[in-house]
Amino acid sequence: MRARPGVRARSALLGVAGVALLALVWELYKAVGPATGVVVGGVTVLPRTSDLAMPHLVTMFARLGDPVISTPGSPMLWSAVVGAAGFTLGIAAVGWIVGVVVGFLLALVMQRFRTAESALLPWIVLSQTVPLIALAPLVAGIGSQVRFGEARWQDWMSVALIASYLAFFPVSIGALRGLESPDAAHVELMHTYSVGWWKTLIHLRLPASIPYLLPALRLAAASAVVGTVVAEVSIGLSGGVGRMMVEYASASSGNPGKPWAPIFGAIIIGLVSAGFVAVLGLALARYRRGEVNA
Amino acid sequence: MRGVSRRSTTTVIAPIAFGLLALVLWQVIVVGFDVKPYVLPSPLNIGGQFTRALGTIWSGTRVTGANALVGLLLGAVVGIVAAILSALVRVLDQLSIPVVTAASVVPIVALAPVLYTMFGAGAETARQLVAAIAVFVPVYVNTLRGLRQVRPVHRDLMRAYAATPWQLTRTVTLPGALPFVFTGLRIASSIAVISALIAEYFGGPVDGLASSITSAASYSNYTLAYAFVLGAILLGLVFYCVTLALEKLATRHRPTP
Amino acid sequence: MTTEPLAKPAVLVEGVGKTFDVGRGRSAGTVVALDDIQLSVATGEFVSLIGPSGCGKSTLLRLIADLDQPSVGDIRVFGKTARQARIDQDYGIAFQQAGLLPWRSVAANIELPLELHGIGREARQKRSAELLALVGLSDFADRFPDQLSGGMQQRVAIARSLAESPELLLMDEPFGALDEMTRERMQGELVRICGETGAAVVFVTHSIPEAVFLSDRVVVMSPRPGRIVGIVDVALGRTGDRDDDLREASTFFASVKAVREALHGIPAAAITGVETR
Repeated sequence: MRARPGVRARSALLGVAGVALLALVWELYKAVGPATGVVVGGVTVLPRTSDLAMPHLVTMFARLGDPVISTPGSPMLWSAVVGAAGFTLGIAAVGWIVGVVVGFLLALVMQRFRTAESALLPWIVLSQTVPLIALAPLVAGIGSQVRFGEARWQDWMSVALIASYLAFFPVSIGALRGLESPDAAHVELMHTYSVGWWKTLIHLRLPASIPYLLPALRLAAASAVVGTVVAEVSIGLSGGVGRMMVEYASASSGNPGKPWAPIFGAIIIGLVSAGFVAVLGLALARYRRGEVNA
Repeated sequence: MRGVSRRSTTTVIAPIAFGLLALVLWQVIVVGFDVKPYVLPSPLNIGGQFTRALGTIWSGTRVTGANALVGLLLGAVVGIVAAILSALVRVLDQLSIPVVTAASVVPIVALAPVLYTMFGAGAETARQLVAAIAVFVPVYVNTLRGLRQVRPVHRDLMRAYAATPWQLTRTVTLPGALPFVFTGLRIASSIAVISALIAEYFGGPVDGLASSITSAASYSNYTLAYAFVLGAILLGLVFYCVTLALEKLATRHRPTP
Repeated sequence: MTTEPLAKPAVLVEGVGKTFDVGRGRSAGTVVALDDIQLSVATGEFVSLIGPSGCGKSTLLRLIADLDQPSVGDIRVFGKTARQARIDQDYGIAFQQAGLLPWRSVAANIELPLELHGIGREARQKRSAELLALVGLSDFADRFPDQLSGGMQQRVAIARSLAESPELLLMDEPFGALDEMTRERMQGELVRICGETGAAVVFVTHSIPEAVFLSDRVVVMSPRPGRIVGIVDVALGRTGDRDDDLREASTFFASVKAVREALHGIPAAAITGVETR
């Protein structure tokens, strides 16, 4: 589905228009909505429109160019956000890699041994339907007891662990589907060449799994970012955007633009990680020839 | 015949055996190595604490569960309606692509702090909205895919019958999309619970399950914290099983998409 | 010319039967896919298996290829068990679907079996170049399967099946998914390739003219249970010497008629050129 340049420009333009529309709705509601919000039966159904609750978009962006706090020597807010985003991204990347490796190994074991698939797969599915992320505050407690000789378990490792826990799931499911995706004809062809599981894996199953693996890797990246941000908050690790969100939100009176800064940071992390997987997909383009374009 | 029943026995017995084995191993390790509760309580202790604190856990579960349910319903209704509109009006679809794509890769829960300010930190609205926005994405994406999934042979058939657009929508498009809608809902159900739960870590009233977990942990009552986690797990299971049953019901005559 | 008793036959099928378990629960039962099959294919001989769906012709081919195992009976390929023949790579195989790996270029697809069996890069490239020339696709070595038409893909698949210069080719409706024009051209090419390589072929098809045009002998099978009901000797000269003019020859039509009548259950004794077993 390769779009012609004209069609491309049009859809890009419409995409920009979509974002602009969202901004317009924000400003429009802020202009006409009541300051205390719309309350129905004691429940606030539409937000307050005060400058504190709903700052102008200009305020949000302008704030990025001011120092973090008014004391001299304080860095610009945008650079603080970029630093925090980098910190969070680094932890998310570790969590992603661990999750991808674990998820892929699980998929390999399940593909190789049918009994392992029967025994493990329901638990893997279950592991994500239940909010085990609620464990996050408790993981640091377990981790604090772990030592490897001189090296102590660090809080950031707990955060990465939570991130990898969220990330492994899509990879294990996607990889399993991918490894089992080759046609019977291809598997039989390998059989007629009388090659074993290992060579079949290298020459057939692995390459065939890539179209399934890539969306899983993207999902895993998004999950790793969510897990990192949440775990930073629940474990109380400072330095990343998660903790920054809570800190800035609690100190936002008279400073309405400030809590939005780490949100922009989180958005950038999400886009960067998705972009990374997209680049990975381009690098593996030859393995996606059989992919049906949706 | 024997082969078939043996296969289904494996698919049922194997996971149960694996689960039981894991629990027993956990118990044995905790008791055998005298692991302290602040590291890891034993499953039996957690179970005991769970039954003792059932009242507290139930009230926390109700709050978090209600938030997840409101978020799920709100996000699902908005998602389905938006998908139908996007399927009918192509421009709307194109307008929404970057926003929806961004929403699917960005941590929605990051919005929690500002939503608390917008809707009041004493109310549950912010948590429900976090859940609703997170739910919206899979429901919208899946429904739209379902609406687009009309098989050309069916469309040609309806055209040959000289059916009106509304007849096409009613007899072919909507029924065809239904399984996709329910698949989206099943995915969203877990997301709703997780989102409602983790939004509690970012502030707001202290009455839900996640708030209870953190406060129990801060009082070093780790067994109780794990009992709350168990409550959260059960809540997630209920949401998942109900939507899974709905999905099975909707797709019983069709292969799953 | 068909049977030379001195050499070991390429394929020897003796008293082979195959049953499948089907259904589940109360409707469970067994289906007899093949019953008491006797067949011998000489070296260099082209034999087609023909019959309606469910007659077990593909099953028989799969048994020879050791993709399935017979329930009873014995299969020998060049005097070895089917399993040993597979391990020794004594045959090449082509399926109805070309079954090319989409991420490999045309040349890399042809080289796949060589690569799997540890042949060096240079030897592989030399062989794939030869085979590409043989199937007339030399200009397409670096293309990918999705850039080829169905007929070209199938030619690549045939080249792949020839990669290790097997003495036996097993082909399961390789032209089944192609349109009639492409099909006839492919038949012509296969005839030529067989003439050049001298390999024995077991060819599954449900097209009577295709079977007659290609084969030295046509094995006619009937379903439920899968049995051989007749074997038609096609007296059209050596496979490698056939060309498209043959399709309009009266000898061709006579053989087509013989196969058709065998298929439709005319008492085999009434047909000339049909030997029953």
